[in-house]
Amino acid sequence: MRTLRARLTPYALIFPGGLWLAIFFVVPTLVMLSLSLQSGNVVDGFAFTWNWHSYVDGVTTYHDQIIRSLLYGLAATVIQILIGFPVAYWIAFKGGNNKSVYLFLVLLPFLVSFVLRTISWQFLLSDNGILLGPLRDAGLLPQDFRVLATPYAVIGGLSYNFLPFMILPMYVALERIDPRLLEAAQDLYASRFHTFLRVVLPLSLPGVFAGVLMTFVPASSDYVNSSVLGGTNTTMIGNVIQNQFLVNQDYPVASALSFTLMALLLIGIFAYARALGTEDVLEVAAR
Amino acid sequence: MSRGLFRGRGLQIYTWLVIAWLVVPIAVMILFGFNDTKGRFNTTFQGFTLKWYGQLFEIDALTQALVNSLLIAVLTMVIAGVLGSLIGLALGRYRFRGAALLTLVMFAAISCAEIVMGASLHSLFITLGLPEGFPTIVIAHVMFSISFVAVTVRARVMTLDTSLEEAARDLGASTWDTFRLVTLPMIFPGVLAGSMLAFALSIDDFVITNFTAGGTTTFPLWIWGVTRVGIPPQVNIMGTLIFAAGLLIAVVNIVAARRRRA
Repeated sequence: MRTLRARLTPYALIFPGGLWLAIFFVVPTLVMLSLSLQSGNVVDGFAFTWNWHSYVDGVTTYHDQIIRSLLYGLAATVIQILIGFPVAYWIAFKGGNNKSVYLFLVLLPFLVSFVLRTISWQFLLSDNGILLGPLRDAGLLPQDFRVLATPYAVIGGLSYNFLPFMILPMYVALERIDPRLLEAAQDLYASRFHTFLRVVLPLSLPGVFAGVLMTFVPASSDYVNSSVLGGTNTTMIGNVIQNQFLVNQDYPVASALSFTLMALLLIGIFAYARALGTEDVLEVAAR
Repeated sequence: MSRGLFRGRGLQIYTWLVIAWLVVPIAVMILFGFNDTKGRFNTTFQGFTLKWYGQLFEIDALTQALVNSLLIAVLTMVIAGVLGSLIGLALGRYRFRGAALLTLVMFAAISCAEIVMGASLHSLFITLGLPEGFPTIVIAHVMFSISFVAVTVRARVMTLDTSLEEAARDLGASTWDTFRLVTLPMIFPGVLAGSMLAFALSIDDFVITNFTAGGTTTFPLWIWGVTRVGIPPQVNIMGTLIFAAGLLIAVVNIVAARRRRA
């Protein structure tokens, strides 16, 4: 009796939370899959008909937005690695007793609402705003120069908004590196450059991997940055999904697009994991 | 001994520049809460004033949105805090069939694009004919927070020594008393950290809320709604106050951690 009870304990513990995840995470994904294969409209109702047209229609109509989203997400991710890596490196190796303070400063943006942060950039970058206005008046910029409504503004916003998610895991990986390894490399006459390339960089890869996972997915599926900072030619797939679901109420196409996005992101993550030679994606990401 | 490969101050200056870049929009938000703006557009600085602080709750819909956000965040913190901690305890302490599947589902929930989760929940609610509003927002927020709480608590549980609990049981404590008097106090820092994370995730969430809110408005949704019309200074002040509260909690945490170490 005692052993049975002991064996059932973990199941009792996970039951309520597991049930919540099953009903409101797993089931909805299946419902959305079913919705994407239905036909009909909001007035007459929908029926399940194996209607693959929603996928064909969605992808052919919005392939520009799909490709753009992946490119913007990729650009933002690369920019974040380039900007974030030196910061993570410096905090990990030179932060001394103040590491937690520096990390806290890096995480400060998360204390302000995501939408509000993006609007703050819209305000900073506006055509006659406090940055561009004076520069244009001083003749340093051409009269028709603008940042808002360009891809640069959107990619910049995406890079800004998710940067802490990139720095944090890279820092964790770099911080774990035993400094004696660096000394050993140098004792064996490796140059600083080679020590970095052959010791630091490989050991930091799990952190970079986690960072990419945490930034590429939200960046390429975002619609806030492209709505607030972008224009009509920077529309991303997130904007389309949002619009189809909440405004046009074309649920089959909206679901098909969201499923396509999910599939593309999953394929991207696994391809990336394979390319890095990571056997088990879960293991790395779970760390 | 100096750690690392690079000498000089270059990287340090670079780090501070990146931190400055990260902080700029926050400074702007705080500054324009003090702006003596005349019209609805709060875009140029026209002089320092405290008057908006006096009129903080003048916009009823905005106040209601903030109250909604706070209520939803507290409910999420409590529900996800309890459910997530139980999962974290199970995963950190027991080996059982299904643990790998549960971990997979949690990992999927953490790494899934928000818009996909929001769209899926919206699909579920419209298929069931369930009207969206305050309860559906709470359901959604608890759903995406549980995994984060569980991961945080699991990390704490795995560092603990089980011998204290065995000792309690050897001394005749019941299962419940052992949990209440020994296990819970030991895992409590993890539970607290996880719950606070759930609160923070909930109060900031926009995307999933946008898909599950129906006619209900939260603080981020309200701001989104007036983006094109102009953001009133009250929004900046509420943002500033949330920021200040978060800052205070974090600073207290850092100081307390230093005391414990010293």
